[in-house]
Amino acid sequence: MNDTSRGARQRLLALSTRERIEACWTALDPVPAHRCLRGPETGMAMLKGRTGGTGNAFHLGEMTLTRASVALDDGTLGHGWVRGRDHRHAELIALADAVAQHAEWQQRLETHVLAPLAEELAERQRRDAATAAATRVDFFTLVRGE
Amino acid sequence: MYVAVKGGEQAIANAHRWLADRRRGDRDRPELEVAQVGDQLRLAVDRVMSEASLYDPELAALAFKQASGDLTEAVFLLRAYRTTLPRLAVSEPLETANMRIERRISATYKDIPGGQILGPTYDYTHRLLDFLQLAGAEVPAAEIREELTEAEACPQILELLNDEGLVEQEIDDGSEPADITRDPPDYPMDRAARLQMLARGDEGYLLALGYSTQRGYGRNHPFAGEIRLGQVEVEIHVDEWDETICVGEIALNECQMINQFGGSREAAPQFTRGYGLAFGHNERKTMAMALVDRALRAEELGEPIIGPAQQAEFVLAHADSVDASGFVSHLKLPHYVDFQSELDLLRRLRREHAARQAELADAHEAVKSPSEEN
Repeated sequence: MNDTSRGARQRLLALSTRERIEACWTALDPVPAHRCLRGPETGMAMLKGRTGGTGNAFHLGEMTLTRASVALDDGTLGHGWVRGRDHRHAELIALADAVAQHAEWQQRLETHVLAPLAEELAERQRRDAATAAATRVDFFTLVRGE
Repeated sequence: MYVAVKGGEQAIANAHRWLADRRRGDRDRPELEVAQVGDQLRLAVDRVMSEASLYDPELAALAFKQASGDLTEAVFLLRAYRTTLPRLAVSEPLETANMRIERRISATYKDIPGGQILGPTYDYTHRLLDFLQLAGAEVPAAEIREELTEAEACPQILELLNDEGLVEQEIDDGSEPADITRDPPDYPMDRAARLQMLARGDEGYLLALGYSTQRGYGRNHPFAGEIRLGQVEVEIHVDEWDETICVGEIALNECQMINQFGGSREAAPQFTRGYGLAFGHNERKTMAMALVDRALRAEELGEPIIGPAQQAEFVLAHADSVDASGFVSHLKLPHYVDFQSELDLLRRLRREHAARQAELADAHEAVKSPSEEN
């Protein structure tokens, strides 16, 4: 992952599936002990659209959203949010947020979790784009008359 | 006298048990999984999410299965579930310009930057029943086209017209939109509140109203400037962090209609616009929504209000299928006392009517009889 900011990590983990994060997470072993401070809890986010795509905001509707806050044994806090109702997914994001604040964990997190997930996300999006591209219309003009 | 009546618990319990039995169907066949509904009946799922006004594909699929495929009932189930959840956040406005495009077409320009991308569409199918599906034929995977993977950007097409000032611009003035889930709708209603109500409106209802504008009841000659479908990232602001954060992606369908001209002594004539936006793959809904959105701008644009689709209170107050089916369905509830009082009233009216008829007959008799006596 090129962008190692907190926001970029949250985004990558929110766009990855819980199953894949979990699978990568086991490679971090031993995983630091943590406890949940808040949640995980499921609620909603109200989503805004824009009139005409670019204009004034309006309320489009809501979506389910889950958040979690965790503390490592040494007191480091981590927070995570994810669309949907998967408590474990939010907890893992929060855990990664906490773990990433420790220099000794940061590199392992990057190598074993973030880098492979970023690669998978890029591959999935590339494949989606290629599938859409196959339905792109190539116009050709017939010359008539003469 | 008022008599409270209780009863029917056993009948209700058995009726629900029969309903569950019917829903399960033939036990020799495997039960339909919620995940299969989400996977293979996704347009139904998208419609349920859109009209329930809650984006959660798994729960919408569950609602659809639980309702035995009754879309209006499924919308009701998901809308009811929505009321049990707290609101944790409000998103930043979704940027449809940054959509990962699955489908993007324009009926106004052939050659557009990014191209015409058909996506997974029913357009151009021949509407012939596919008997191979009855036979359970294998389906090949979608084609991919690798050489175009560095997809050209797909700018919003109406922005191309903006350059010449030919179409009205939509610019964010930073105003905070009304929220009809918090504040009861009040008429006249501004466009943001109208769009919120249309976004959750019943597709069939909006389709009929949109169609009515095309047939002349508030005609404003539309073109489908751009329709796009794809994934948009959701960003929220959270107190713990200073920046906005991405919490996932949702599928959105958007329709930009271009309509005939507005203008004034000061402003040169330009195309006007109608807008439709909905959760998931909901193209017909977003097109109908854009037509009705534009029709509801009649007053703002100084057009005569001659069609039902232009009357905001009529259109918006009846657009929600949960409201509508609730009020229609309540007619099934026991109205024994109401009906008894109407029966009494009707009997009295008929007695009075009979008495008046009898009086008239007597009077008639009295006019005729003197001649008989003579």
